[in-house]
Amino acid sequence: MADASGNTKHTIAVLVENKFGVLSRVAGLFSARGYNIESLSVGETLDPSVSRMTLVVNGDAFVIEQVMKQLHKLIDVIKVIDLSVETHVEREMLLIRVNAEPAARAEILRIADIFRAKVVDVTAASYTLEVTGEETKIEAILELLRPFGIQEVVRTGKVAIARSPKARLRRVEEKLGKVAPAQPANQDPRVVGFAD
Amino acid sequence: MEGRAVKLSGARILLECLKREGVDLIFGLPGGAVLPIYDVLYDFEGIRHILVRQEAAAGHAAEGYSRTTGRTGVCLVTSGPAATNLVTALQDALMDSIPLVAFTGQVPTHLIGNDAFQEADNVGITRSATKHNFLVKDGKDLAGIIKEAFHIAATGRPGPVHVDLPKDILVKEWPFEYPETVHLRSYNPTYDGHPGQIKKAARAIVRAKRPVLYVGGGVISSDASPELYELAELTQVPVTQTLMGLGAFPMAHPLSLDMLGMHGTYYANMAVHNSDCLVAVGARFDDRVTGRVDAFAPNAEIIHIDIDPSSISKNIQVGIPIVGDCKRVLGKLVEAVREEMKTYPQGAVKEARRQWTEQVAEWKRAEPLRYEWSDEVIKPQYVVEEISNLTNGEALMVTGVGQHQMWAAQYYRFKHPRTWCTSGGLGTMGYGLPTAMGVQAGNPGKLVINIDGDGSFAMNSQELATCFEEGLPVKTVIINNGGHGMVRQWQRIIYKERFCAIDLGSSPDFVKLAEAYGCTGIRATKPSEVVPALEKMIATPGPVVLDVRVNKDECVFPMVPAGGANIDMILAPPSREVRDRAAKSQTGF
Ligand SMILES: Cc1ncc(C[n+]2csc(CCOP(=O)(O)OP(=O)(O)O)c2C)c(N)n1
Repeated sequence: MADASGNTKHTIAVLVENKFGVLSRVAGLFSARGYNIESLSVGETLDPSVSRMTLVVNGDAFVIEQVMKQLHKLIDVIKVIDLSVETHVEREMLLIRVNAEPAARAEILRIADIFRAKVVDVTAASYTLEVTGEETKIEAILELLRPFGIQEVVRTGKVAIARSPKARLRRVEEKLGKVAPAQPANQDPRVVGFAD
Repeated sequence: MEGRAVKLSGARILLECLKREGVDLIFGLPGGAVLPIYDVLYDFEGIRHILVRQEAAAGHAAEGYSRTTGRTGVCLVTSGPAATNLVTALQDALMDSIPLVAFTGQVPTHLIGNDAFQEADNVGITRSATKHNFLVKDGKDLAGIIKEAFHIAATGRPGPVHVDLPKDILVKEWPFEYPETVHLRSYNPTYDGHPGQIKKAARAIVRAKRPVLYVGGGVISSDASPELYELAELTQVPVTQTLMGLGAFPMAHPLSLDMLGMHGTYYANMAVHNSDCLVAVGARFDDRVTGRVDAFAPNAEIIHIDIDPSSISKNIQVGIPIVGDCKRVLGKLVEAVREEMKTYPQGAVKEARRQWTEQVAEWKRAEPLRYEWSDEVIKPQYVVEEISNLTNGEALMVTGVGQHQMWAAQYYRFKHPRTWCTSGGLGTMGYGLPTAMGVQAGNPGKLVINIDGDGSFAMNSQELATCFEEGLPVKTVIINNGGHGMVRQWQRIIYKERFCAIDLGSSPDFVKLAEAYGCTGIRATKPSEVVPALEKMIATPGPVVLDVRVNKDECVFPMVPAGGANIDMILAPPSREVRDRAAKSQTGF
């Protein structure tokens, strides 16, 4: 969804040569042009010589187009895909350590259960939970746990994957009116986000 | 295979690779980290090394060499402070798309990151100032990296590539085999424009009522001037050139509108503003060209031919983008236009085109470039005009940055591509002398003239020593207005004449400075002395500095104030006599 200034969040997958210095090239591109990266996560692909980055960028159509072109211009970048225009799945992981007074413990566990969070550590005064899901789900559980007193959180940033290699083709067909538009994957957090 | 390969030191591998790339000239300055290379260079045949006095000069010299010869320039400097000195030249080359390969020394691999003596994070520092850069961490990769470096520098949109060489890699021996080819899966520039888009462009050009060609440095770097000439003649479309594009199209041609933009001609800016079809070729819609973007060519359908997809629709939304090499695309475009002209009834736009040609001619007549003549003080424009006359537009020209640069661009009548080097994108003062030195080294026997400012010249005047020692007979004409003229002009026009930090006085004495370096110094202080001094300069063998004392109040016109629209040009106050002079110098009658 576009905000008041016409900005939208885009999730961009970037396949790069798995060489040293590539991450700083990508990050440097953003700082040099004054674009803001909301999150960036990197990992190896099936081919160990290739890494995949997932970037989340907020900007208007012009900024996003420039980001895509400038990324592509980097010598070590193999492929740039804007997943936001395809049906895709996005996840983020959150680790959260929250105050757990005896009186609150049951309630926290109930919330964890509803969000399919895992308790990964317990002390006399705290729980540490692991949650994965879409941004809206992460935001929702943070909101619910805030009253208990959050001690520390850490988030991975997004990773994302297209639902099928045909997604692009489908998009073309949708445009041509050959098939009905697909349901956006992540409109209602209760449908997709909470059920995983 | 590897077992049988010859083993050589990294330093020798480097020079062997350069030889195979056809490099015969290196601009450099030694130091601890690169001594192994200089030790091999001591009796290495076929590569000349020119010892500069400051590392930025090595980079600029390589730029000048590259721009005028069409070959990749090479420079070699040591680690730490040498590498940081070089950065300005790398950024300059990046902005103007000049192919360079720059080698820097680095501390031995085991010391990298230890704050060792003369260590700097070279690849970190040059990352944003280069098209690509490398740190050689294993000697086995050295030859492959050098091959890739030359490939990346010269292909696609050309640019500087930096290779950082740790000392231990240079000293140790490695199996050596020079790769024949380069394969980079992630780097595949597009050279041939899309045929459908070319056809579309041809249709638009043939149907346009008020077309203009706007050409930039890309036409020069892809050697596309012949194709451009053919297109212009075939379609009779007027041509305006950017600062980087000067020489792409002969200025004496009736279709030439000369330079456009902030200090462009009245007629170029008017034509672009009123055009209905603007064909940008190898030009990137720099803000010095467009002025206020929303007021730039407001009614034109824009066709943009460029090898770099990221420059398309970056500043100005483009209607017909064509990604590809200017030479190839223009070649195809000429064919497509020929086809189109066969089928499209010419009568449909004939009358409109006739009116357009007349209108453009009228603008040219009404407001030629001009300045007020004086018998007392030397006018800088006059100096450039006379240089142009005396050399008949055949010299290789270089400039510093400032007013003199703009006057050189306006009043020198360019005839050929690759005869003009100026710092367009970065606007680097100090660029003139070292660049001219590189131009001269790459073009022995040719007349190389550096039109410089007193401020700009002072930033790298130490290179007179290099010119003298290496026998590079560069002629420098200092348009000496006793200060930072361009800054003064801005303070005059935009800051209410509150002149601050622009006065350089009359020191140093440039004639004595030249002589101190073993060069010839000449001075001209009156208009009547200009031509004799220029003639003497050209006739004197070896490097010469001609110090021309000019009127410091002179301003560059036309001028579009920064942030203004191009049609809001401030024009020089006209005077009959000068108007005639100027008209004469431009049209020949
Ligand atoms: C390295 C650098 N520093 C500062 C500037 C800003 N600047 C642009 S033009 C100019 C004055 C140039 O003076 P001079 O070389 O004497 O040329 P003139 O304008 O007088 O012809 C300055 C300081 C610059 N372009 N480059």
